[in-house]
Amino acid sequence: MPRFTLNGKDVSVDAPADTPLLWVLRDSLQLTGTKFGCGVGQCGACTVHIDGVAQKSCQFPLSTVEGKTIVTIEGLSPDGRHRVQEAWVAEQVPQCGYCQPGQIMRAAYLLERTPKPTDADIDEVMSENLCRCGTYQRIRRAIHRAAGEVVS
Amino acid sequence: MTVDLTRRDFLRAGAVAGAGLTLAVSLPSCAGEPAPPPGPPFTPNAWVRVGTDGAVTLVLDRSEMGQGVHTALPMLLAEELDVPWATVRVEQSGASPDYYNPLFKSMVTGGSMSVRTGWIPLREAGAKARAMLVSAAATAWAVDPSECRTANGVVSHPASRRRLKYGELAGRASTLPVPEKVTLKEARDFTIIGTAAPRLDLGDKVAGKATFGVDVRVPGMLTAVVARSPVFGGVPATWDEAAARRVPGVRQVVRIGSGIAVLADGYWAAQQGRKALNVVWNEGAAARLGSAEIRKEMETRAGRAGHLARREGTGALVAGTRVSAAYDAPYLAHACMEPMNATAHVEATRCTVWAPTQYQCGMALGGGAQEVAARITGLDPASVTVHTTFLGGGFGRRAMQDFVTDAVEASKAAGVPVQVMFSREDDIQHDFYRPPTYARFAASLDPDGLPSGLTARVVCPSIMASAFGAPKTQFDDSTVEAIANLPYAIPNLSVEAVQPDWEVPLGFWRSVGASQNGFLIESFIDELAAAAGRDPVEYRTAMLGAKPRHLGVLTLAAEKAGWGTPLPEGRARGVAVVESFSSYVAEVAEVSLNPDRSVRVHRVVAAVDCGTVVNPNGVAAQVESAIVYGLTAALHGEITIDRGRVAQSNFHDYPLLRMREMPVVEVHIVPSTEAPTGIGEPGTPPIAPAVANAVFTLTGKRLRSLPMRTVPA
Repeated sequence: MPRFTLNGKDVSVDAPADTPLLWVLRDSLQLTGTKFGCGVGQCGACTVHIDGVAQKSCQFPLSTVEGKTIVTIEGLSPDGRHRVQEAWVAEQVPQCGYCQPGQIMRAAYLLERTPKPTDADIDEVMSENLCRCGTYQRIRRAIHRAAGEVVS
Repeated sequence: MTVDLTRRDFLRAGAVAGAGLTLAVSLPSCAGEPAPPPGPPFTPNAWVRVGTDGAVTLVLDRSEMGQGVHTALPMLLAEELDVPWATVRVEQSGASPDYYNPLFKSMVTGGSMSVRTGWIPLREAGAKARAMLVSAAATAWAVDPSECRTANGVVSHPASRRRLKYGELAGRASTLPVPEKVTLKEARDFTIIGTAAPRLDLGDKVAGKATFGVDVRVPGMLTAVVARSPVFGGVPATWDEAAARRVPGVRQVVRIGSGIAVLADGYWAAQQGRKALNVVWNEGAAARLGSAEIRKEMETRAGRAGHLARREGTGALVAGTRVSAAYDAPYLAHACMEPMNATAHVEATRCTVWAPTQYQCGMALGGGAQEVAARITGLDPASVTVHTTFLGGGFGRRAMQDFVTDAVEASKAAGVPVQVMFSREDDIQHDFYRPPTYARFAASLDPDGLPSGLTARVVCPSIMASAFGAPKTQFDDSTVEAIANLPYAIPNLSVEAVQPDWEVPLGFWRSVGASQNGFLIESFIDELAAAAGRDPVEYRTAMLGAKPRHLGVLTLAAEKAGWGTPLPEGRARGVAVVESFSSYVAEVAEVSLNPDRSVRVHRVVAAVDCGTVVNPNGVAAQVESAIVYGLTAALHGEITIDRGRVAQSNFHDYPLLRMREMPVVEVHIVPSTEAPTGIGEPGTPPIAPAVANAVFTLTGKRLRSLPMRTVPA
């Protein structure tokens, strides 16, 4: 059975090796914060961190995450108060909220890599994730806020 | 404050509160005595519950699909109840006729109706609860209720400096009759309505803890995916059930109305099982249908008269300059981020449904989730429990109950709880689509260039006929929304509706008929301004003398956008104004062309008049959202039909707007003391014409067909 580290704990999962990590998380491990949106790596709703990099979990069969370190929205912070999550609330970003765990995971990754992202940095990285409610403008503001920049 | 008590309302209070009232413990008769023992909560109506521990819970019947009703509606209740916003707790109601929208006789969330229809009833519900708490305190203190005050969940009697918390009054208030009439607060006394109160659902949503339909987990539940006919109306001829059952994790294969359901331990196994079915379909009559045939028939039908939806004057053109043009807009899918799904558990004497639905129960449109489940199971609707989850987007798609039908049928057949999941491909290819539209316009211009006559013939299939079995020849006014109510002063005007009919299922898509008709008519009006050689804002202003609210938003949007001021080289502005859902929205778009001649939208300035604003941040969020929804359609959205099938399948060929394409959006609100009107949808219709009109100003090219992928050189 493949083993990996999930939100700081070692887990092993009994599922077919071709099962995408997304469904391992949602159906085998009952971690439903990571969302299914398209299944083909187009929408980013399933974004998690794999060895510190934002990845679309629908594109990673279980066999490819053996030994990896995975963080999901449930493990981003112990109390839901990661600076990105707090910025999301401060800017009142979510509407339906379905895509937001994926958006937050990608934004957290962006800020790890680029602590003071420009609008162009945000465009490049966050264009991986779709939001049908159209919260992009607020996501942009929230990322600047989480980066410690003054939001006008 | 006026308080009239009636027996009818007293009985109603008992009926809603249930047996709890009869068990109500009596409270101490005056302050200072020991706290009361725990008792049943005070539930004066279907929306308010005050526990003896002081907890105030507001019960919400409308579905939260992002539009913010789980914040705006409790604001109405909390305002009149006088409880502090920071302590408000909300919960989703079950399905009940208590929550019927009086207009639709249904518990349904849609039509930008929630705040409009809740504005008086929910404030009254809060005010009546407050009046009963005041009565309970006044009785305890032997004073007149008019001497009592309320604030922050406390009743006080200033003259004697006594006070009782709502929780301490819950038991006694439960024994009182519900007042028939209450006086609502004056707007100047509002402390919650009109504030940018923070949304109540964000803590869970940013932590990944909010429960959407796909997150429901019921013990013993199987996950189902359904093999559906790729051609509308097709039925399965042969399939290999044994092959599907051989897939590890697959438990059952059952035939349901929409196709063949493969039930498994999880989604992935169910998907593999579905692939193994290898279904051969009897495709049926629709297999001959294609977008080219649809387009040809629309053009043909535009040559014949239709239902006269509006006439002013003679309804005909007069002498002078003539302008004519044809416009069209395609089928569109909703593409909610959460694919369609529902969970059901059918048992011998009851059925439980967990669903992200916009329509829980009622009489309209073939019934809600409860009626659908009752029909399938043969149970009484009262034996069907509907749990509404958060909706990962709705936009009208979830007013249809096909996903509930699937789940209930599959659970009934399988004998276990079943969660039916649509793949994204299922979701795009088995939607209820925004209808396509083809319109011919003609106008005659007077010596000033203003229209002396305008004729519109709009060819658009009927949603009511397609989705709800209305007679195909029955006029469906959604086909001419935003055209039949054209606000401009045009002495001779006719608007005709022609309703063709194809097998492609239709449904309500954010802003419905106005979503495409706003583009058609506001682009044509812009053509008239250009033909007259007049400025688009000035031209519209000249025709809106009798329409102050249209004029108000047009003027504000133009001012805030800097209309008429210079722009950098290669940029231009366009404007449009559309009334829908009784609200008025004008938008100014600022565009340029990308090197590949696709359209880049830099900035959108919107002005909105939606009456009294309950939450300005919520209004701004909805207009921002509606603009992105409309801009996605304007630049990218197109569903085409090929051999009876939807040709698109996922976000690679049905693209949504992405961050890199996001314009700066500014929302300006016209102050108003009118009753609130719709806000979830009205921001959508003006964006496509504002962009197309800006493209014309920039390039001289008039884009008359959506989507606007590239501008011809």
